[in-house]
Amino acid sequence: MVDRVVSLIVKELLALWRDRKSRTILFVPPLFQMLIFSFAATEEAKNVRMAVLNRDSGTASRDLIARFEGAPTFTRIDHLSSDGELAQVIDSRQALMVLHIPPDFSRDVWAGRPAKVQLVLDGRRSNAAQLVAGYSAAIVDAYNAELPRPGRGPRPASMVVARTWFNPNLMSTWHSVPSLVAILTTLMGLVVTALSVARERELGTFEQLLISPLSPTEIIIGKTAPALLVGVAEASGMILVGVFAFRVPLHGSLLLLYAAMIVYLFAVIGVGLFISALAKTQQQAILGAFVFMVPAMLLSGFASPIENMPDWLQTVSYANPIRYFMVVVKGVFLKDMPTVVALGHIWPMALIAAATLAAATWLFKRRME
Amino acid sequence: MRDSGLKSAAPSFGSLRRVMGLVRKESLQIARDPSSYLIAGLLPLVLLFLFGYGVSLDLRRVEVGLVVEQATPETESLVAAFRNSPYFRVHLARHRQPFEDDLVAGRLKGVVVLASDFGDRLGAGETAPVQVIVDGSEPNTAGLVTFYVQGVWGTWVGEEALSRTGLAVRNVTPPISVEQRYWFNPELRSHNFLIPGSIAIIMSLIGTLLTALVVAREWERGTMEALMATPITRLEFLLGKLLPYFVMGMAAMGLAATAAVLLFDVPFRGSVLALVVVSAAFLLAMLPLGLLISTLTRNQFAASQAALISAFLPAFELSGFIFEIDSMPWVIRTITHVLPARYFVPCLQTLFLAGDVPQVLVPNTLALLAFATLLFGLLVRSTRLRLE
Repeated sequence: MVDRVVSLIVKELLALWRDRKSRTILFVPPLFQMLIFSFAATEEAKNVRMAVLNRDSGTASRDLIARFEGAPTFTRIDHLSSDGELAQVIDSRQALMVLHIPPDFSRDVWAGRPAKVQLVLDGRRSNAAQLVAGYSAAIVDAYNAELPRPGRGPRPASMVVARTWFNPNLMSTWHSVPSLVAILTTLMGLVVTALSVARERELGTFEQLLISPLSPTEIIIGKTAPALLVGVAEASGMILVGVFAFRVPLHGSLLLLYAAMIVYLFAVIGVGLFISALAKTQQQAILGAFVFMVPAMLLSGFASPIENMPDWLQTVSYANPIRYFMVVVKGVFLKDMPTVVALGHIWPMALIAAATLAAATWLFKRRME
Repeated sequence: MRDSGLKSAAPSFGSLRRVMGLVRKESLQIARDPSSYLIAGLLPLVLLFLFGYGVSLDLRRVEVGLVVEQATPETESLVAAFRNSPYFRVHLARHRQPFEDDLVAGRLKGVVVLASDFGDRLGAGETAPVQVIVDGSEPNTAGLVTFYVQGVWGTWVGEEALSRTGLAVRNVTPPISVEQRYWFNPELRSHNFLIPGSIAIIMSLIGTLLTALVVAREWERGTMEALMATPITRLEFLLGKLLPYFVMGMAAMGLAATAAVLLFDVPFRGSVLALVVVSAAFLLAMLPLGLLISTLTRNQFAASQAALISAFLPAFELSGFIFEIDSMPWVIRTITHVLPARYFVPCLQTLFLAGDVPQVLVPNTLALLAFATLLFGLLVRSTRLRLE
């Protein structure tokens, strides 16, 4: 029996390799994702264009503006002269933020009266705008701390000191590369299995498999193993690139990462086999894979945190295997996640894997009769 | 004979008649094919639901840990301020160790530490730091949590100042305070800009997918040869193919925009006319792309896959709908320029939230039209109505 299964696995891998379409699927999306996406998934605000409307002629406003000019977040600072220009640069998206300094600003500051600056931000990009407002508040705070304080007491009474763990410089690649490992593993496991049976059906070779001495279980194993191998291989490639090319730290245990990956792949392969058993053509299979992949990806916590979703959708997302795997991959890479914590995310994946594989086997056997 | 006579007498009329005939045939085919209803009717709504409910950048009730090493009246009131904030769900502890473990496990997104000397230092007029530790594995959430903690702290400082004597007011008020005004979206709902952006992504997918299968289907079914036997020209053929799908695409666009306003309460402040013009320009760029894919692959499987990969993924990642283009490295920023969705996203965000702003709409629409011309030119060149 082992011989039969092994030869089926070898045949599957060869079929995958020799077919030009399959090879494209195997290599093009990962390459594209690696080269483009790991850089494109930015979660911080950089190269921001801002403008200043300075109605003050004193030195305090000049000092403050100089601090903004020195900040690495801002690449270009335009100087405006009227409210009309302010509205125009925001409306036309030429600036994400305008720093508005009122007329008596410097006089108030030097006289020890409370002074105020206004930030006008583009709410069409409210997420980036909030991040930039946070940076700006920090710049103003730093300036506050250095101002002489006649009659104001010795020092500010309290201040917020922020520290970022696991990713002190908030590098977006540290976030995107581990996420990419999870997404690529999903894509490979899903597409390889979804296509394999559909291709056999299209070519008419599925009947040949059925009349061979292979039992349905053996066929399923023979279809599962190549996807597992390809998935693990591609993920390993991604991990290597992540660590050596993108310099993402790998603090945790590789063993734990691979254990989680294999359990996760079983869950995805179960879904792939299910689609495969339903689809009559490769086109239906790829559409089926897409129909699963898009919601699974959107609801995985990769584009936006799961906690931000409405409660009912959070409940739905418990059935989504990517959400658990994403946490483990990021945890192992960045946080040196302890085994116990990782196991807490691995067992739901094992449960999902058992369910999807059982459903796929059932459907498969029914279809074969 | 009669036909050729007609042709020479009224070529434009004959041409129009042939195009209309093809439009009619294609429309019938669309009407009889359930998959086109799925693509133009159901798919935009399903995707809009997914984006609308699933993708949100508004932190709601973030789990944060608050470590109070020594309780004093000051820490009590700061704790109350955190509890009253709509952004946080606060867990209290006296030591930071358990919370640090929760941060590793991802159960908490941030930990706020009030050190044991916080109350004393505050009383003595010294600097009493409030430490915030955030989880950098999600940089966006990390930034927002810090930002909201600063907000709660700032409000607390102000209120604390009010309840104290004049001297203390001076003690806690910073010399320069910052006032923030968010135009167009003062409540800072991320839905308001994510949903218009997601319409651009949905329309990229639908526009390409609609036409990607068309010519490939003709080749696969062998009906392409039948078309070749007719006197139709390349231009007529392409117009006849594109027109019905253009109408469908505009209908899908109308459906998505209506759903955004009615179901997700996104304001629409621009004019419908501007929306129609911009959307038409976008579709004119996307439909030829699908047809081009279809013409080049001549195979439905490869065409659908190419449409998914070339339309959906880049639009999702590079259009600026969720990831800021300005923050990307310059190589990637340059690449985004060859993506029609990149020009459509700011137009939609502006039309929904700001209104008809010509400085945004005109250049972007012109860029889309340039794409449409270029792609249509490529399409005409690569269309073959002869058997080689």
